[in-house]
Amino acid sequence: MAKPLIGFLCGLLFAFGLGLAQMTEPTRVIGFLDFFGDWDPTLMFVMGGAIAFYLPVWYLLRGRKAVVGGDIIPKKLVSNLDKRLFIGAGIFGVGWGIAGVCPGPGIVLLARAQVDFILFVACMIAGILLHSLLMNPKASKQVAAATA
Amino acid sequence: MDWQTWGLAAVGGLMIGAAAAALLALTGKTAGISGILDGVVRGEKFEFTWKLAFVLGLTAGGIGLVFVLPENMAGQGLRSLPVMALAGLLVGFGTRMGGGCTSGHGVCGIGRLNVRSIVGTITFIAVGAITVVFARMIGGA
Repeated sequence: MAKPLIGFLCGLLFAFGLGLAQMTEPTRVIGFLDFFGDWDPTLMFVMGGAIAFYLPVWYLLRGRKAVVGGDIIPKKLVSNLDKRLFIGAGIFGVGWGIAGVCPGPGIVLLARAQVDFILFVACMIAGILLHSLLMNPKASKQVAAATA
Repeated sequence: MDWQTWGLAAVGGLMIGAAAAALLALTGKTAGISGILDGVVRGEKFEFTWKLAFVLGLTAGGIGLVFVLPENMAGQGLRSLPVMALAGLLVGFGTRMGGGCTSGHGVCGIGRLNVRSIVGTITFIAVGAITVVFARMIGGA
């Protein structure tokens, strides 16, 4: 039961970080992407702070065994650059630039119980499922079996 | 100049980094939200429980924020409902195809000096910036 508890607490801290940093405010995100207008660097400070904490922890622990569950903390991953990366990141960039919301803040904003954010997250889940149907024949068979 | 906002943003960023680093150190898992949500909605074997718990933690955090920092949770959806729906669809599909979002590529991937994540992050920020320009031309906010 340790892993779910860790997951919950990490999710909780993650959400508070996003909120304190105002990443729950779509105008802040759009402002960051607005390089050609009135640029707002807030998101850069958020990402910089997060990487500043994460990178040294990863560097010191990489290759070792995690405390719970016996997984090995990943070393450098295979970093191939393929079409899927560019097209996928591009499609995400369009959606992100339109709404100013990415997956983390989207889930946090569900707490507002507002129809626009609920609709956004529902469609985001639909997009995830659509991807697994189109790109992963094995998964689509499972879904087909589940819905049959 | 908005130093207070940026200082709080850096502290918030450190909290996000601490949450992701704690998950990594304690379980060896990556705090990529799109990948975590993917595992939940597909009912991924073995990974489902902690991923669901993480999403519930995010949601509980959101509810807490409404009470503790209501001014930071006052944001409105910037687009009409059909456009918000389209944006959500693109974000969900795109993050899975590209293998990560702002957290998975932008924080954890760059935080592991992964070239794929650095290139992915530059790509979605660049395309996001171009999208903001087009959105303004079409007449959005």
